Amino acid sequence: MKYEPITVSELNTYIKGKIEEDEFLEQVLVKGEISNFKHHYTGHMYFTLKDENCLIKCVMFKTYTNTLNFVPKDGAKVMVLGKVSVFERDGVYQIYVRAMQQDGIGDLYAEYEKLKSRLEQEGLFAQEHKKKIPLMPKCIGVLTSNTGAVIRDIINVATRRNPNVYIKLLPVPVQGAGAAQKIVTGIQTMNQYGLADVIILARGGGSLEDLWPFNEEIVARAIYESEIPIISAVGHETDFTIADFVADLRAPTPSAAAELSVPNVEEIKQKIVTQENRYKQALKKELQYIKLRYEKCMNSKCFKAPLQKINEYRMMIDMNVKQIESSIQKNWQQAKTEMLKNVAKLDALSPLKTLTRGYVIVQTKQNELVKSVKQLKTGEEVQLLLEDGKKDAKIL
Amino acid sequence: MEKMSFEQAMKNLEQIALELESGNLNLEESLSKFEEGMKLSKKCNEILENAEKKITILLEKDGKLQEENFVLDSKESQD
Repeated sequence: MKYEPITVSELNTYIKGKIEEDEFLEQVLVKGEISNFKHHYTGHMYFTLKDENCLIKCVMFKTYTNTLNFVPKDGAKVMVLGKVSVFERDGVYQIYVRAMQQDGIGDLYAEYEKLKSRLEQEGLFAQEHKKKIPLMPKCIGVLTSNTGAVIRDIINVATRRNPNVYIKLLPVPVQGAGAAQKIVTGIQTMNQYGLADVIILARGGGSLEDLWPFNEEIVARAIYESEIPIISAVGHETDFTIADFVADLRAPTPSAAAELSVPNVEEIKQKIVTQENRYKQALKKELQYIKLRYEKCMNSKCFKAPLQKINEYRMMIDMNVKQIESSIQKNWQQAKTEMLKNVAKLDALSPLKTLTRGYVIVQTKQNELVKSVKQLKTGEEVQLLLEDGKKDAKIL
Repeated sequence: MEKMSFEQAMKNLEQIALELESGNLNLEESLSKFEEGMKLSKKCNEILENAEKKITILLEKDGKLQEENFVLDSKESQD
């Protein structure tokens, strides 16, 4: 019998082939704890996954690490998805990881969804219950950690918008066991002593587990019961916690929360100036209108020439008087002419006129006109009326 | 005004402007509205000007809350 040894390489290649033929090993989902984690400078991740008794080597190439939503570290409980294959050079089989998630997340999600729908049904998210954020809060209470970027961002944004802002920080732990209870106490304290006009409840980004205190029912209820309006700013823009749903206003980030709670003082001052200008403009317009009306009045006849009408009447009177005068004059003239005519007529008929022609009128002493001789007795004295006087005479 | 919220005051400022602009007021009413508006705007400005910058931290000491000035950790502000 002749020995026909094969090389190590051949053996490893063979084993590799065997393993890769296996459909089950083509895609496995394995849970375990990370240990010996190394993030190589090339971007690949090397680690072992273990449980109480066993371990297996894992590699996650850079191409896949982009999809991670957390930073793996030793001790982290994870689920990995990948295929099992052999690294021939070292003769080791390992998992070539394509995706990795924190383990237990599934449970948390389920719990989150359950609590969310229960509280929603109970009305904790109701729009009618949401309080209005005051436009110009005198004091802004901030519930967050007293270290880190969150409080700094809030202070920076707030002071930029209002240099005279009043911020009260009530430091609370924002992750880990007991954080939820501390947050609840913080909210209650703020309310009990009326420490602020609006509260910002904030935390920076983190894993679902990190944000968990903001998904706890006690926090949700404390927010709901708070009489001071609460703005939530938990995690990144894409993170929605239960606290966000209950809060009176949700800000995508802590900086945004500062923006939403602190008005831009310059803008408000500008607004005030605008209103003042509107008043002035309106009043000016009104005064102009009144002036116009006044001028129109003053231009009316009764003010411009108040005596005109009187003068007109006076003229009428004068005219009438004149007419009356001339009418009287005319009548008088007519009467006079008529009279003269009559006088001339009379004159012509006057007996005196006859006397001038040499006639004599005889009268008795009783001034009776003697028209007949029968009236006369002899010896009777009579009067003779001549043109230039009278003379007594005696009848013979 | 003392009891009025800043928000209400700002709303009133605008309302007065609308009333003045409507032209439905007589001169006397206009003048009194104008005066009211100017007083209000002065008050609003005062509120803005008179606020004092304060950044504090509430710390529990012997079971009592105490308010102290809060200064950002300079090392922290670097990152």
